[in-house]
Amino acid sequence: MTMAKFDEPGYYKHEDLLKVDYHPPRTGWMDTPVDFRPGTYIYPGKAKNLKYLDLPNPRNWAVTDEDWKLQENWKEIVLDGMAERLRRYRTFRLFMDICVRCGACADKCHFFIGGGDPKNMPVLRAELLRSIYRKDFTALGKILGKIAGARELTYDVIKEWFYYFYQCTECRRCSVFCPYGIDTAEITMMGRELLGLLGLYVNWAIEPVANCFRTGNHLGIPPHGLLDTLEFMVDDIEEATGIKVDIPMNKKGAEVLFVTPSGDYVAEPGIQTCMSYMILFNEIGLDYTWSTYASEGGNFGLFTSHEMIKRLNAKIYAEAKRLGVKWILGGECGHMWRTMHQYMNTVNGPPDFLEVPKSPFTGTVFENARSAKIVHIMEFTADLIKHGKLKLDPSRNDHIRVTFHDSCNTARGMGILEEPRYVMKSVCNNFFEMPENTIREQTFCCGGGAGLGTDENMEMRLRGGLPRGSAVKYVQEKYGVNQLAAMCAIDRATLITVCDYWAPGVKVTGISELVANAMILKGEKKRTKNLRLETIPGAEEEDTAQGNIEHLETIEGMHTTKGGSSNE
Amino acid sequence: MNVFISLAAVVFLFLAGLLGAGAGLDALFGIVIPYIAIFLFLGGLIYRVMIWANVPVPFRIPTTSGQEKSLPWIKQSKLDNPSSTLGVIGRMALEILCFRSLLKNTKTELHEDGHVAYGSSLWLWLGSMAFHWSMLIILLRHIRLFIEPVPGAITFLHKLDGFLQIGAPVFYVTSFIFPIALLYLLFRRLGDPKLRYISLVNDYFPLFLLIGVGISGFWLRYISKTDIASVKELTVGLMSFRPVTPAAISPLFYGHLFLVCVLLGYFPFSKLVHMAGVFFSPTRNLANTNREAHHANPWDYPVKVHTYEEYEDEFREKMKAVGIPVEKE
Ligand code: HEM
Ligand code: SF4
Ligand code: SF4
Repeated sequence: MTMAKFDEPGYYKHEDLLKVDYHPPRTGWMDTPVDFRPGTYIYPGKAKNLKYLDLPNPRNWAVTDEDWKLQENWKEIVLDGMAERLRRYRTFRLFMDICVRCGACADKCHFFIGGGDPKNMPVLRAELLRSIYRKDFTALGKILGKIAGARELTYDVIKEWFYYFYQCTECRRCSVFCPYGIDTAEITMMGRELLGLLGLYVNWAIEPVANCFRTGNHLGIPPHGLLDTLEFMVDDIEEATGIKVDIPMNKKGAEVLFVTPSGDYVAEPGIQTCMSYMILFNEIGLDYTWSTYASEGGNFGLFTSHEMIKRLNAKIYAEAKRLGVKWILGGECGHMWRTMHQYMNTVNGPPDFLEVPKSPFTGTVFENARSAKIVHIMEFTADLIKHGKLKLDPSRNDHIRVTFHDSCNTARGMGILEEPRYVMKSVCNNFFEMPENTIREQTFCCGGGAGLGTDENMEMRLRGGLPRGSAVKYVQEKYGVNQLAAMCAIDRATLITVCDYWAPGVKVTGISELVANAMILKGEKKRTKNLRLETIPGAEEEDTAQGNIEHLETIEGMHTTKGGSSNE
Repeated sequence: MNVFISLAAVVFLFLAGLLGAGAGLDALFGIVIPYIAIFLFLGGLIYRVMIWANVPVPFRIPTTSGQEKSLPWIKQSKLDNPSSTLGVIGRMALEILCFRSLLKNTKTELHEDGHVAYGSSLWLWLGSMAFHWSMLIILLRHIRLFIEPVPGAITFLHKLDGFLQIGAPVFYVTSFIFPIALLYLLFRRLGDPKLRYISLVNDYFPLFLLIGVGISGFWLRYISKTDIASVKELTVGLMSFRPVTPAAISPLFYGHLFLVCVLLGYFPFSKLVHMAGVFFSPTRNLANTNREAHHANPWDYPVKVHTYEEYEDEFREKMKAVGIPVEKE
């Protein structure tokens, strides 16, 4: 047996990770330097990526280096950058001024809960920046210095920022509980922008950004590669359903442009989610198109800078215009929807050349998207189901006992909570909610959002994933839950690790996959395989719900009662 | 350390007021400093508010805490995810009057077996509400010291607050709740290691200052009674810009007054500006209408993008080879 390395979950013993010491160290936080322990920090952005994007100070360096090769005048750059942002963002200025350090946010952050490092309390994460603000931008801080909570901007402060602003997944859970709505994600975004001015990025975010700028998607898939990928999926769809679907690609004059995160092009369960979109669109006969240029709905610019959000996202409306579509439909993703919902219309809009989205099948006008002209796949699907436009056999999903992970961005940056639940309950007979402190607006991050989902950050991912993992384990033990649905590409990648570690036996799925498996398609063959090309339990012999439940009980050896917290 | 600095500073300030006035500096503590304090308070507060008001809100980023407005048959959470001005007003009113977000507060515990448990934790909410509301009532009660005749509403408030009529003088409920709530907030800060770790002088000082104001006020009212008529002479004098320092006022009153003046002067330059700031918070005071209406960024600027033309130029041959339509053959 080979020993696991720090970038593998097996390296970490459960009992070690669970020994969380919530007692702060003896030294005050200003006097406690960062400990760059492998497994808790992310590798720096490579020079070639910064160069490609024309970002400042491209060079290769290592986090553990003494010298991070900053510009001569790094201090001035940071302070000027702060001054500029304080003039531009009311959030930044206000949040620097009004925190009362009541601590209501302290134990709301998954990284603090799972790790106990006091600087992962949202309030202290913000203080890392606020202390510099006091020193250089407030009267009392200038006069009284440390007594007024101010401190000098030093090289070590920069290192500390780099560590802790990349230990925040910008999930905004803290801001739900803060009496003033102070959003530490916003402060993290400012912190990361300031670091960016010094050429300090993490490669796991900036490489996708560079890829995305060039090829249209984070993974760097070129146009012919994308077509290839989708063609593979078409074959798998045919194998599972007997139906051959089309791939409309860069098709001018289509009614709808479909964009989805590139996570859906690779690896299970992303690809099944992607196949499911194709099945759905084919079945209802949607006149749509994919785009190789707008082949990414996600936007790692959100984890980089406001400017980068705009640079990457410009392609979406540009492509909609070039192809002459009427409106845009977006796939299952979290941070993509924070961008599409809260930023896109401002940074790249308004897209007056598009039409107010209207479902060609139900006639529903999506009033809430009347200006941005982009509709969420769950809004679209819920509307179809409500109008009886899909033929569904939920019993095909009876071997699945599913719970739902609200993604941070869609929950707290949009509020799409009921649509996915309605869809899931329409296609699954066994739906169970996790405890109420861990869902909806109080949902917990997967631990790997905002550019943190890389393997070298494994310890932090497992720690940050603990609250979610614990909630999954709870419903697994209580209701026999065996699948966790999430409408987010990052979740579909990172929650696999989290579940394997904290709630082994629970698989991760996209919601659309559940829909496509339950859909009775025109001319389909007898469905014995699901989209993962696994045999559907019970499908061979008998197709009744009863049979499936019994099957489940025998294979899982679990006592399962229906209902319970299943939220109607 | 931070605690002692703060406590010492407040004790020192109180004694300065008390002894200063005792040593014949009535005019300084009764006239000059109050004017400076009011000036700093009003000027500072206006200055702070103007700064916030002048910083744009480039993006519409409400923290949505409930169901969005979408399909007509899905029930929107109109207060937690408002899409109209009315909804926003409701959300803000509940936030400001009831500290609604603190009502959601939970205490998180990690058990040894890896189970994370959440308990409701309302003490902070309770202590905070008790402190703020009793402070507001006490402030309103003070109006009788400034205005003649005393407005009816204020007299009514006195009656209400003094409903526990235990002999004379009338005991006001808020006189007790105020310091008790503050002491709770102080001990909470000291008792919880996390909170102690994040607490600065900026946090202890206002607590001690407010406790000092509360206790000295209590003393003035119930223990060594001041001559209200003389106090009123002073306040009315200050307000009419014909200041006087009546001789019958005790040094203790000046101690109280000085602490209040320090509080006023300190207010705009400290975290206490949250009183005004809470109204400005973009995560709370914006409607979630991002896709419904365009929100303009006043400092928006053009950025370098990768155009479709550049993209096609790089990949044209590959695209043609697999039959993806291109613009330029
Ligand atoms: C619109 C008016 C106000 C609102 C909505 C408001 C709201 C709040 C909230 C929600 C907290 C956090 C909970 C806590 O720590 O107690 C807080 C803390 C505090 N407020 Fe206010 N406040 C207002 C006005 C004031 C004023 C006028 C003062 C003082 C002169 C004040 C002094 C404080 C202090 C000292 C704390 C910190 C308490 C602690 O250390 O725990 N507030 N306020
Ligand atoms: S909840 Fe808000 S005010 Fe309280 S400590 Fe956290 S950020 Fe500061
Ligand atoms: S945004 Fe999320 S990750 Fe960041 S400090 Fe707040 S709770 Fe923690």
